[in-house]
Amino acid sequence: MDAAKRYFRSPAAVIGLVLLLVVIAMAISAGILYPRDPLALAGRPLVWPFTNPRFPLGTDNSGRDIAAQIFYGSRISLLIGGVATAIAIAIGTLIGAFAGYYGGWVDNILMRITEAFQTLPNFVLLLVLVAVFGSTLTTVTIAIGVVSWPAPARLTRAEFLSLRNREFVQAGRTLGMRDLQLILGEILPNALPPVIVYASVVMALSILLESALAFLRLSDPNVASWGNLIGLGRDVLRVQWYVSAIPGIAILVTVLAVSLVGQGLNDALNPRLKSR
Amino acid sequence: MSDAPILSLEGLGVRLPKGADRTHALNDVSLSIASNEILCVVGESGSGKSMMANAVMQLLPNEVKIETGRMMFDGHDLCAVTPAEMREVRGAGIAMIFQEPMTALNPLRTIGDQVAEMFSVHTRLSRADINARVLALLADVRILDPKTAAKAYPHELSGGQRQRAMIAMALALDPKLLIADEPTTALDVTTQAQILKLIRDLQQRKKTAVLFITHDFGVVAEIADRVVVMQHGKIVEQGTAEAVLNHPTHPYTRQLIAAVPPLKAPPPRPLSSDSILTIANVSKTYRTGGFLGRGPRVTAAVKDASLHLPKGATLGIVGESGSGKSTLARCIVRLIDPDTGAILIDGKNWAKMPRDEVRRETQHIQMVFQDPFASLNPRRKAAELVAQGPIVHGTPRATAIAEAKKLFELVGLDPSAGDRFPHEFSGGQRQRIGLARALALKPDVLVADEPVSALDVSVQAQVLKLLGELRERLGLSIVFITHDLRVAAQVCDLVAVMKEGEIVEHGLVADVFGSPQHPYTQALIAAVPGGEFSAQHEAAVS
Repeated sequence: MDAAKRYFRSPAAVIGLVLLLVVIAMAISAGILYPRDPLALAGRPLVWPFTNPRFPLGTDNSGRDIAAQIFYGSRISLLIGGVATAIAIAIGTLIGAFAGYYGGWVDNILMRITEAFQTLPNFVLLLVLVAVFGSTLTTVTIAIGVVSWPAPARLTRAEFLSLRNREFVQAGRTLGMRDLQLILGEILPNALPPVIVYASVVMALSILLESALAFLRLSDPNVASWGNLIGLGRDVLRVQWYVSAIPGIAILVTVLAVSLVGQGLNDALNPRLKSR
Repeated sequence: MSDAPILSLEGLGVRLPKGADRTHALNDVSLSIASNEILCVVGESGSGKSMMANAVMQLLPNEVKIETGRMMFDGHDLCAVTPAEMREVRGAGIAMIFQEPMTALNPLRTIGDQVAEMFSVHTRLSRADINARVLALLADVRILDPKTAAKAYPHELSGGQRQRAMIAMALALDPKLLIADEPTTALDVTTQAQILKLIRDLQQRKKTAVLFITHDFGVVAEIADRVVVMQHGKIVEQGTAEAVLNHPTHPYTRQLIAAVPPLKAPPPRPLSSDSILTIANVSKTYRTGGFLGRGPRVTAAVKDASLHLPKGATLGIVGESGSGKSTLARCIVRLIDPDTGAILIDGKNWAKMPRDEVRRETQHIQMVFQDPFASLNPRRKAAELVAQGPIVHGTPRATAIAEAKKLFELVGLDPSAGDRFPHEFSGGQRQRIGLARALALKPDVLVADEPVSALDVSVQAQVLKLLGELRERLGLSIVFITHDLRVAAQVCDLVAVMKEGEIVEHGLVADVFGSPQHPYTQALIAAVPGGEFSAQHEAAVS
């Protein structure tokens, strides 16, 4: 448990973890604190924060409780962040592992496909996917995962390239292991730490991508998400700026928390880099 | 040699940071070096010998501090000088050469440039004068064609040439003291002999004091005037080379000297007439490049190699780096597919077997790897590593783990150590795990690729002894790859000498080493360090 000890030695990493736990706590407690539908009308529209004790963070332009939407929105952000990251990392490690292990023409083909994805700006690709497949929560999440895999794939490939000729892999081969056993059992566990660290970057980016979609009103309008709230607030931005600013702060805090945790993991898993 | 001491260490103590395996890297180390003498510091890895060199040069890592003692150099205490004064001492007063010249030289600058830097930093000579000095120096260290070498980049020179360039740099300003930290360990034996001779010659000509750090008693016998033996950061014995080598008083010194294998084969064992492994006309050629007009580079790694291994015997394949001995070993276990030729094990031709069949038949032939740190998957427990082979071949997991524990006992490890991870073992213990892993499949033939090269000499002796015992007990036939002729002489019945991919000579060990026929074998044997000393040593033992 050296890694855990090293993690808790860094104040930034601990702050990140605390912030992330706060966001998770918000997601869990949303149903208890705000049992009503967050998208239901609750009072007069555009109540400023801290003026009415019933709405501590005010209401938006259709009179919905902003605090309730922030709490429920954390669920959506964490869900999209988690699931999209899992999809991206799964596709990425699979493609990277095969490309790196086999090399030669397999590597060539897989890497050309990866480059094809990388040359398109991934937000544009995301817009196309959402335009084609519609914007329900499921399609948006999958689409974000599908546009985020090339970077983890390259990272995994690089790790595999350096690991596949190590003596312990050759030893596995002389023991008569199959390629799949070597890839999954021997090389992958050694290649994972940098990929896990990179997952935090993918997660932060996924949350931002969803917000950007929602801002353009292309995300699922039937769920309370931070991005949707920012998108709504656009109409009243000059006077009632708080409608956009409050979810903006929520996104900032969450992305910051995920990045700090990622940094902390990086230092904990790569102790040699830390001592620089 | 009654000159006044150039450097004297008095009660030097160097403290290690918390969490290290001992509190002090050096403990009360006192020694002195006079001008015009070579002092060899001998010890195994972790004995603190390199730490001492770094302490003298003030190149210690940040968290390591000199705690007690004085280092008198030329009338100053080096413990008390400022960093600016120390810069004057380094290079001009004390120079250093390192083990691996490739990493010690800047890969982006030419050799001439890097030697010239010594002059431009420490002197006010003109550009033309510097260039003349550089060429003279390179000629001094007997680099072939100094003019071309000065314009070459480090990767364009061979290891021996690079080490010569390093020596030229170190000697540029005629330092009073030269510290050489294992300068020949990374080199081939023939190159090592040349470099040792060069250091000796230059030292005598320039009357420099040399602090020579090594782990090899053969090198000590070759070069030392006086010897210091270190263990766990303490000096256990010091004296003239003659006294320490021939009349060691401390038990640790005796143990180290006894562990140096002599270059003489033990009496031959009877060999079986059945052959278990036959290699016939195996060749392997590598092709690289060959794109847009540039011709492909073709390297013949193994050329038409034919050998045979009788049942129960040990066949040594010796040669210098790049001779193709590792490629041949990897061809035998089919980690590499040979281009042509046949490899017959039990009548089956391995060279042409399809991959799937190789996987099934692999329990007949197993391999032990060189690097005990790289050859074990760091994320698996020891018992699991050993059990992996049988599990792959269909043994139930619980049975395989139980058998692994028995194997631990066989290779001299504590069976309860199976729950530990590889990094919790020492190098020698890891090599035992690697051996247990290979033996778990009950192979007929064991291919060992430099299995003891990364180990200290006393550990090396233990592992070789274990290998010999296992050979007797399990009736193993072994192909033993090594660059160290002394090791080959100890464990092998038959030996084959490889040079540039070809087998130039093979036969019984006693014949090949006793009366070598090929000039290359003769050169190899002549280059083994401390030849005379081991001859005496042998005579004393028998």
